[in-house]
Amino acid sequence: MSDDTIPTARRPVRDEMIAFVIMTALLLVVPLTGVYPFFVMQGLCFALLACAFNLLIGYGGLLSFGHAMFLGTAGYVTAHALKVWGLSPELGILAGVAGAAALSVLTGLIAIRRQGIYFAMITLALSQLLYFVYLQTPFTHGEDGIQGIPQGLLFGFINLAKPITLYYVILTGFLFGFLVIYRAINSPFGEVLKAIRENEPRAVSLGYKTDQYKLLAYILSGTLAGFAGALKVFVAQNASLTDVHWSMSGEIVLMTLVGGLGTVFGPVVGAFVIIAMQQYLAGFGQWVTVIQGGIFVICVLTFRRGVIGEIAHYFKRSL
Amino acid sequence: MRNKASAVLLGAALALAASGAAYAQDKTVKIGVLTDNSGLYADLGGPGSTVAAQMAIEDSGMAAKGWKLDLISADHQNKPDIGTSIARQWIDVEKVDVLMDVLNSGVALAVNNVVKEKNNLMINSGAATSDLTNAQCSPNTVHWTYDTYMLAHSTGQALVKAGGDTWYFLTADYAFGAALERDTTAVVLANGGKVVGTVKHPLNTADFSSFLLQAQASKAKIIGMANAGGDTTNTIKQAAEFGIVSGGQKLAGLLLFISDVHSLGLPVAQGLNLSATFYWDANDQTREFSKRFSERMKTKSKPTMVQAGVYAGLLHYFKALEALGGNPHDGAKVADKMKEIPTDDTLFGKGMIQPNGRAIHPAYLFEVKKPSESKYPWDYYKLIGTTPAEQAFRPLAESTCPLLKK
Repeated sequence: MSDDTIPTARRPVRDEMIAFVIMTALLLVVPLTGVYPFFVMQGLCFALLACAFNLLIGYGGLLSFGHAMFLGTAGYVTAHALKVWGLSPELGILAGVAGAAALSVLTGLIAIRRQGIYFAMITLALSQLLYFVYLQTPFTHGEDGIQGIPQGLLFGFINLAKPITLYYVILTGFLFGFLVIYRAINSPFGEVLKAIRENEPRAVSLGYKTDQYKLLAYILSGTLAGFAGALKVFVAQNASLTDVHWSMSGEIVLMTLVGGLGTVFGPVVGAFVIIAMQQYLAGFGQWVTVIQGGIFVICVLTFRRGVIGEIAHYFKRSL
Repeated sequence: MRNKASAVLLGAALALAASGAAYAQDKTVKIGVLTDNSGLYADLGGPGSTVAAQMAIEDSGMAAKGWKLDLISADHQNKPDIGTSIARQWIDVEKVDVLMDVLNSGVALAVNNVVKEKNNLMINSGAATSDLTNAQCSPNTVHWTYDTYMLAHSTGQALVKAGGDTWYFLTADYAFGAALERDTTAVVLANGGKVVGTVKHPLNTADFSSFLLQAQASKAKIIGMANAGGDTTNTIKQAAEFGIVSGGQKLAGLLLFISDVHSLGLPVAQGLNLSATFYWDANDQTREFSKRFSERMKTKSKPTMVQAGVYAGLLHYFKALEALGGNPHDGAKVADKMKEIPTDDTLFGKGMIQPNGRAIHPAYLFEVKKPSESKYPWDYYKLIGTTPAEQAFRPLAESTCPLLKK
């Protein structure tokens, strides 16, 4: 993976701080601008998901083609916990994240034994397996999905049924997840991950137990993807098969690639680009998929580094 | 003191009058047709539903009376999550006043929650599940055309009485299939029949072979197809390949639309029994409507009962708005008005909307004609029975709708 599409230079923290402040400021004022908050909330959930995915591919060099399973599993568990068990939102989110974490341990143990295309195929196979489990198990209600999920009171006093309140809760969740990922990338753990991405045998010869590092990255990524799924339940108020379908896994890859693989902010931009496309091109019906495919091809052929990756490359910065 | 009080009263009265006037003047209405524009149900609702809504807007003559009517439509792709997010956005951003059609029971039940939460209005035509006006009924929903209870009682009963006393169900695995199977099972058992088994298939299946083989092995006299649209036509075509009908078993299309019969063709579809509340060739008025409808369709198809239901439901909605003198932008209020006025239109005849939101009108049992009996294009059905409105749908006494326990 040592081509020049993935930035390898040392990361100047100052640039990223500025970018982070700009991003946070923009997101904070969104509800005042009259942009439809549900759209932005959906975007934030997918942005977190793409960031979690990017942690694995951009820094660990592992292409997972089954990340939808974490999104969907956490969504189903949270939805079920809220609706059937009547848990409070914070416990519901915890249950969902715990579910995704457990799933990532199980699937991770199997998947990280192989690299490259085999890793992608194993994750795809596992997520398809899970898709059919969710299609058949009664608690997911098959094609209907879990609907009419109560939003409830977070910590007993924050009313999530109010769009503005919900927006800031989702934003807080997103920023928390984003900072966790940022911290992981800029830690010694992150450095070792990058070393493994660049040259695994060399990392092994240096004495690193690469399997453990990869597993940890996989679990972290899966858990955070689950966190995104749990948050999404509060936005969409339903949990459905769409979130575990393989095409969702494909969309996650697309978001990350369009935004910029291995960049900190790329997946966020990519997620909003794709969500906006689906939103504003919805009138074209089935053609949206075709348009998406076209954009993917253009992206890969002309700006391989993604939107943020190209900007960073142009200014010779890392973002 | 007294003067002050009367001044306050006068002020309040003026304010009321002013708000009343503002309300009476608001004659803008936005109508959203939410349907399946590209998938397996596109033929029975889809673009045709939007055409029907457009025709209702034109035929109502509302524009001449100073109303401003807008129409938008969207494709929910048969996915409840997409359906609810479109519905929510329509209501929040586009300020849509009424959601039309909303076929697919899974989507309809999901949208039902959103519409109720936001006090909007759904006039459902295409969804089949009887839960919409039963356990999950809502003050903001009117269910127009048909439902699983009516289908089960009309087609199901006729078949059991004709000697089909053992049943095997082939059921679409979502809200609609489950509801149709449940309601039909109740009818079969009540009439002394027996259900020997059931198999569920995913929505939008291409290959029914394994399900059909199980149905064949069950030796049931009737194979009840609790599915719809493209799934039903696929089942029937593939059943012909397995020789199920020639082997002595009878296929029962519990929900068949004229669009399905058209795509199957009479040689395959002949002899099937089906129930509907609208048939294009029923009388001069339906023929006149259908002629205009098919002229506007790219495929020149005749309207299905779902599309006719969109037209009739919307016309009744306009009647309620006119009675209110303006658009209150209050779904429950308009729904109440719609329930007050008896329904009477050219396509479904006289009827009413029950307090649980169920629109009732006569139901017809048809048999698909033999190719030799069909005299002109789309001449597909012969009428074999009519059920009066009061008996065609679930009696209010049996309904578990919470709205009725006032």
